[in-house]
Amino acid sequence: MDTALLIEKSILVLLLFLVSLGAAAYMTYFERKLAAWIQDRVGPDRAGPFGILQPIADGVKMFLKEDFIPAKADKWLFIIGPGIAMFTALITSAVIPWGPKLHLFGRDITLQVADINIGILYVFGVISIGVYGIMIGGWASNNKYSLYGAIRASSQMISYELAMGVSAITIVLLSGSLSLNDIVAQQSGVWNIVYQPVAFLIFFICALAELNRAPFDLPECESELVGGYHTEYSSMKLGLYLFAEYTSMFVSSAIMSILFFGGYNFPGMSHFSGNTLAILGIAAFATKIFLFIFVIMWIRWTIPRFRFDQLMHLGWKSLLPLSLINLLVTGLVIAFKNGWF
Amino acid sequence: MESLTNRKKVVSDKPMTLWEKAYLPAIISGMITTMRHMFRKRKTIKYPEETREFAPVYRGQHVLKRDEQGRENCTACGLCAVACPAEAITMTAAERERGEEKLYREEKYAATYEINMLRCIFCGLCEEACPKEAIFLTDRLVPTFFERDNFIYGKDKLVETLDERIDITKRQHTGKRTQL
Repeated sequence: MDTALLIEKSILVLLLFLVSLGAAAYMTYFERKLAAWIQDRVGPDRAGPFGILQPIADGVKMFLKEDFIPAKADKWLFIIGPGIAMFTALITSAVIPWGPKLHLFGRDITLQVADINIGILYVFGVISIGVYGIMIGGWASNNKYSLYGAIRASSQMISYELAMGVSAITIVLLSGSLSLNDIVAQQSGVWNIVYQPVAFLIFFICALAELNRAPFDLPECESELVGGYHTEYSSMKLGLYLFAEYTSMFVSSAIMSILFFGGYNFPGMSHFSGNTLAILGIAAFATKIFLFIFVIMWIRWTIPRFRFDQLMHLGWKSLLPLSLINLLVTGLVIAFKNGWF
Repeated sequence: MESLTNRKKVVSDKPMTLWEKAYLPAIISGMITTMRHMFRKRKTIKYPEETREFAPVYRGQHVLKRDEQGRENCTACGLCAVACPAEAITMTAAERERGEEKLYREEKYAATYEINMLRCIFCGLCEEACPKEAIFLTDRLVPTFFERDNFIYGKDKLVETLDERIDITKRQHTGKRTQL
């Protein structure tokens, strides 16, 4: 294997790791600020100018807290739970194309760690593993609230993954490829949102449920389950769970912008080329991700939590049939266009 | 019964219409509301830098006043101690000696005057009882200490100094019975 390629990919992986963690850290700050603004408050403003050092202070606090493991807990699983949650949140970003090709040191650098031809399947596979972190954590805590949280998380994720998968299949039908790179490249003209608004809506709602974000944050709802699956967790193990949540929010915002909003494509990109195009593309992609994160947070501070039966009702009786009908209609239209009738 | 206000609301549990069942219109209208709040003026008072303005009738730490010539008003009559529902005030009286006319306004004065700030409930009855306009409650706060002894305020803390007179005009006529 080419050594330069190895170095290039290693640097990219390291960069991605740091960016995802940094983004997750600053998302906590942004979330608190946004919550404050919506509630006519100021938000954190003591650590540094405008409180921008708040995430660092929070991180230090998390590390210095007592790391407590309950006596009756399954110690091994208790430790591995947050690790799995964080691991799965991070590895999804491997298949995301972050921008057009960059030309540096006489080499074409693709801004994607692995351009695997089944990108979407990989993403869905990793997301399904993601529930294990929560499940194992909740189970190992040996606490009924944690177990309730874990059960809710797993049933919710299984229910919503169906509708999410079906709406992703519509996109696959449309582009004829499972590779995220191809899907992005095909949207250089018209973004998929124009053809598939219903699929996007379903995907977005399901993504909220998969992320355990409000209004679907039942696995960790404070008013019913103390803290849900992370009731017994403290110190940086709790920190890892919260961090994993924000990281996966970042990654799924990226995936939503890839599938429906053209990834790094932006209007008028034919006027640019080379490295300028690459940098502008990365900037456009970052803007889209930021907007998605903003909307997700905005929703959290607006809507109250769903009841669990409402959640199941919505998932199975509304979103799944709707996504199936959407898939059917898309398939028929594509078949008609290809002259199969 | 005919309702007296227009706040009465008839509650019903009729099933949701399709529009309401779709959730999305309601969610969007809610999001518009929160977006509007994002640009509102903040209600926060950033405490250590800014402080909330006190009400003009605020009852905080006491002051023992001097008159215009700098003589202590208090004659140690003890009416404030009698009026005090928390029994926080103690004093000992002394007779004014020759040559002390510049210090005390009348022939009798308080040699010691102590208020226990842990007992005091800041009701302002001492102020109301005082016939000499000697004691007033001010808008200053009693600070916190670690030792209980520090909460017993003697004359050194209560009597206003000559160069730093304390303004009590806000409380001079509030809550007082009108003079007949």
